[in-house]
Amino acid sequence: MKASAGGYARASSLRDALEMLAASDGSGRVLAGGQSLIAAMNLRLSAGDFLIDISRVGELAGVSETADSLRIGALTPHAEIGRNPLIRHHATLLSQAVEFIAHAAIRNRGTIGGALAHADPAAEFPACVLALGATLHVEGLNGTRDIRAEDFFQDIFETAIEDGEILTGLSVPKAGADERQVIEEVARRSGDYALAGVCLVKRTGGHRVSLFSVGPKPILAKNAMAALDRGDVEGAVEALKAEIDPPSDTQASAAYRRHLAGVLLRRAAARIEGGNA
Amino acid sequence: MNEMFRDKIDISLTVNGEPVEGRVPAGQHLVDFLRGALGLTGAHASCEHGVCGACTIKVNGEAVRGCLMLAAQADGADIWTVEGLSDQGTIKDLQDAFVARNALQCGFCTPGMLVAIDELLGKEGVPSRAEIREHLSGNYCRCTGYEAIVDAVETVARARAQKGAA
Repeated sequence: MKASAGGYARASSLRDALEMLAASDGSGRVLAGGQSLIAAMNLRLSAGDFLIDISRVGELAGVSETADSLRIGALTPHAEIGRNPLIRHHATLLSQAVEFIAHAAIRNRGTIGGALAHADPAAEFPACVLALGATLHVEGLNGTRDIRAEDFFQDIFETAIEDGEILTGLSVPKAGADERQVIEEVARRSGDYALAGVCLVKRTGGHRVSLFSVGPKPILAKNAMAALDRGDVEGAVEALKAEIDPPSDTQASAAYRRHLAGVLLRRAAARIEGGNA
Repeated sequence: MNEMFRDKIDISLTVNGEPVEGRVPAGQHLVDFLRGALGLTGAHASCEHGVCGACTIKVNGEAVRGCLMLAAQADGADIWTVEGLSDQGTIKDLQDAFVARNALQCGFCTPGMLVAIDELLGKEGVPSRAEIREHLSGNYCRCTGYEAIVDAVETVARARAQKGAA
């Protein structure tokens, strides 16, 4: 269908965008790459919004590094996440995830900030930043806040971003020398949302396992992490199945999603440890 | 707040190498501006939620969904549609290969296919059949079963690589 918008304004700076958001009195919607928002408008899941186009706000773009972390601007497109040398080297989980996200033309325009703020429970990036232990940065007219990924995702399409705030970027810890990061998912067709997906990070401090498309938000599977720390992959698979409560829908039953999650964790562990699953 | 937000937006952009100006409704898709205001009906508006790829166009050198970008967002952009790429002759070998391999029947998906493939062929190296399929996974064709399209792309990729090497 055709999209319905109440109005459009292009922000020239973050400050400009925040003032527009404040002035829109709750009906403002932040538009970046638009690959989820405009699709939702076309499906009339969202109508009459006052669009605040931040896609030209240069201060929200770009990737930079400090001694121990990467700072990724909210407007960094998926395609850039996939090819950026800093991200490929220090946070390869994000680069790997890009190959699973939608299709080439959508990856050219969709942004990581948009994907995180949209918080689709079936999307890859929210689960990735959870597994990586990233920090998300938001800004409002009253100042900035840093939010841990664990606290950021709250429910289906719901995040800790408050009215009047915009997600400006995220900080991701650089991978240690012996750190391994892998993502595994199953989708019916290339580019479809996953039926289930797993991110696995093995670092000196221990394993981190996150899942997507198995609940209303990405999930950190703490019992599975503890089992992996003990070197018990089968124990981790059993723990994982017990700590998720996936939905049944037209794509897959809850039992099938739970089964897939276990299979994917086994595959991810095998990729990290070597050998087959 | 209504002074900040407009329901009609003035844009000026370049389409197929020509400067264009327009006044567009806030929610208008870029593909509808190209089709309706400019008469460039090569890019097709089909599923209108980013799944089918029939509306694929080039924006600032990259393949983009014309139904997932607003015309208002295209202010200052450099846009190419299948009409411009055809007139330029840069995809003539690809179009010829589509005909030779029967890579289209009804032709509805073809403009989007050609623009998407143009982006793939612009990258270095000869893509494998799996890479071609993956790159075109967002472009639906309901006639050919894709095999002939992959054949055409593979043929052109190899021919261009040979030409480049010669």
